Amino acid sequence: MIAAGIDMGAKNVKLVLLRDGQVVGRALSLAGFDAEQTARSVMAVALKEAGLHRAEVTRVIATGAGREDAPDKDGIMSEVGCAARGAFHLVPDVRTVIDIGAEEGRAIRCDEQGKVVDFAINEKCAAGVGAFTEAMARALEVKVEQLGPLSLRSTQAIPMNAQCVVFAESEVVSMIHNNVPRPDMARAVHDAVASRVIAMVRRVGCNPPVVLLGGVANNTGFVDSLRRGLETERLHVPENPEFVVALGAALAAASQA
Amino acid sequence: MQAHHGYEDGSGRFYITIDSQRCNGCEACVAVCPAQVLVMIEEDPMEQVLVAAVSDEHRRKIKESCAPCKPTGHDSPTLPCVAACESVAIQHSW
Amino acid sequence: MPTDTHTTEQHKEYWRWQENHWHDESIDWREGAILSAGVDVGSVSSQAVVMVDGRLYAWSSRRTGSNSPNSARDAMTWAQEHTGMQVQDIHFIVGTGYGRVNVPFAHKAITEIHCHARGANFMYGNQVRTILDMGGQDCKAIRCDDKGKVVAFQMNDKCAAGTGRGMEVFADLLQVPIDQVGPMSLDVEQEPPPVSTTCVVFAKSEASGLLRQGWAKEKVLAAYCSAMAHRVFALLDRVGVEREFAITGGIAKNTGVVKRIERELGFESIKSGIDSQLAGALGAALFGHALEQRQRAKR
Repeated sequence: MIAAGIDMGAKNVKLVLLRDGQVVGRALSLAGFDAEQTARSVMAVALKEAGLHRAEVTRVIATGAGREDAPDKDGIMSEVGCAARGAFHLVPDVRTVIDIGAEEGRAIRCDEQGKVVDFAINEKCAAGVGAFTEAMARALEVKVEQLGPLSLRSTQAIPMNAQCVVFAESEVVSMIHNNVPRPDMARAVHDAVASRVIAMVRRVGCNPPVVLLGGVANNTGFVDSLRRGLETERLHVPENPEFVVALGAALAAASQA
Repeated sequence: MQAHHGYEDGSGRFYITIDSQRCNGCEACVAVCPAQVLVMIEEDPMEQVLVAAVSDEHRRKIKESCAPCKPTGHDSPTLPCVAACESVAIQHSW
Repeated sequence: MPTDTHTTEQHKEYWRWQENHWHDESIDWREGAILSAGVDVGSVSSQAVVMVDGRLYAWSSRRTGSNSPNSARDAMTWAQEHTGMQVQDIHFIVGTGYGRVNVPFAHKAITEIHCHARGANFMYGNQVRTILDMGGQDCKAIRCDDKGKVVAFQMNDKCAAGTGRGMEVFADLLQVPIDQVGPMSLDVEQEPPPVSTTCVVFAKSEASGLLRQGWAKEKVLAAYCSAMAHRVFALLDRVGVEREFAITGGIAKNTGVVKRIERELGFESIKSGIDSQLAGALGAALFGHALEQRQRAKR
């Protein structure tokens, strides 16, 4: 039985194919101007990887900001539900899920069965989400993937005064003028986002084990800042963290088929 | 004077309002805040009267600073600063 | 920050145009009993105002450099140019604005809220009751009484929406000189719906999408100015708007935002012959005068 979960994120569309509960295909692409078209193409890529045809897919569940635009879907689900489901599948004793996307962030509290008990959302402001690190990488003139390793070389913590992406860009420009070492600036960026994420998590209460999802989880510098701020060692970052929400949707699809 | 300390952004409006005419300068709110959000300042430039205000450090991240006192799932949490103020000079907008 | 050199140079020219100074040659400051001054160091621009016995004598307005104490000193020196006056001649100097603690020669620092109210009362007359100040990196709504004393205020300096920087981001995106944003945004046949998000970063993505759909720059600017006016209007909502209503700060010169705010309010803002960016420094100078008067009365 083949099930698919598609996460129509604000920035990237992610798709996971499950065959009998095992991941057999995975694809990601920039949502771009035509998210619906992107959805079709990630489906094609994942199917190819799995050696399957579209007709063999029994059920598709769509989630994410653009879920209404997903073509040929059998149902939709909230990101909160999918994040919890995906995290629980990978880390069965999870109690707190943190999902940081490009434009929205979520903190979810689950019970021992992986059911959502409570959640908090950071939305409509670019400061506490992926958009912040992206903008700062541009201001620092490094690739987003380089931000993490760069920040881990930092030797001092500098607080950022700005609480807004636009003001932070100006602040970075002036820090560059004042010859602040780049690793320290990168660390400041991660500390800033982590602090906003942690405030969100505190609203639902932080109970370990904590699972971190979303593209930003690939950023080792951010994970470091988050771990320090949450004061827990029980922070898990699964492999392919940006796909876990889509995985949750696929698992839901599989259970409904 | 009604001083609204805080900010608003795309995600909402987050203001702590302090009515300096009601504030009697007792500093109870400053002491009771677990995040040291509140400070006493000389608000009126012509008078040497201290009233409560949100510190510059916290004003722009008040949502973050006050988060521990406002867990989800509680519609109207009893806020320590509001409870401590006998003059009913403090209000939160969220 | 976008690295397009053409736009950056236009920005430089814009700010260069803004740098002004003036003094009243008909006043002999040496005959004044009380000399006071106000220095307003903002994140984007700085102003200095000198008063002789509570009368406006000299002022300057220029870019804030990267060093606040220098900005304060430069603003002061420039205001005093060709007057023969030195900083030491002034009896009471008040620093205000974001960099107010960095005015080393000030006798006192007073918050911009109070200075703006006082300054507006001087600039617009004692009928002014509500002031909306839109600066480089902040936005404030102030209610005052007929003496320019603050009755209520709300400031936002966390979020770029409704600030000069927020507007600059859009001007950069559309490659439009900032002083053209207003007029261009009004050059539309029909008012388009405002951009759906308050956040400047998300609005920028939305605007890119609109441009791709074939929207003219004017229409996109109209949608953004409309959203900004609405957002700023919401700021005013909490303190309430009572006439007369004045708009100060850099964005007061953006007709696109000003007209839309006036439209939502249903009446016009009161105008002044004095540069709208001087409100803070003016108020500071007035406080300086009042504090010096009181000090002398005690002796």
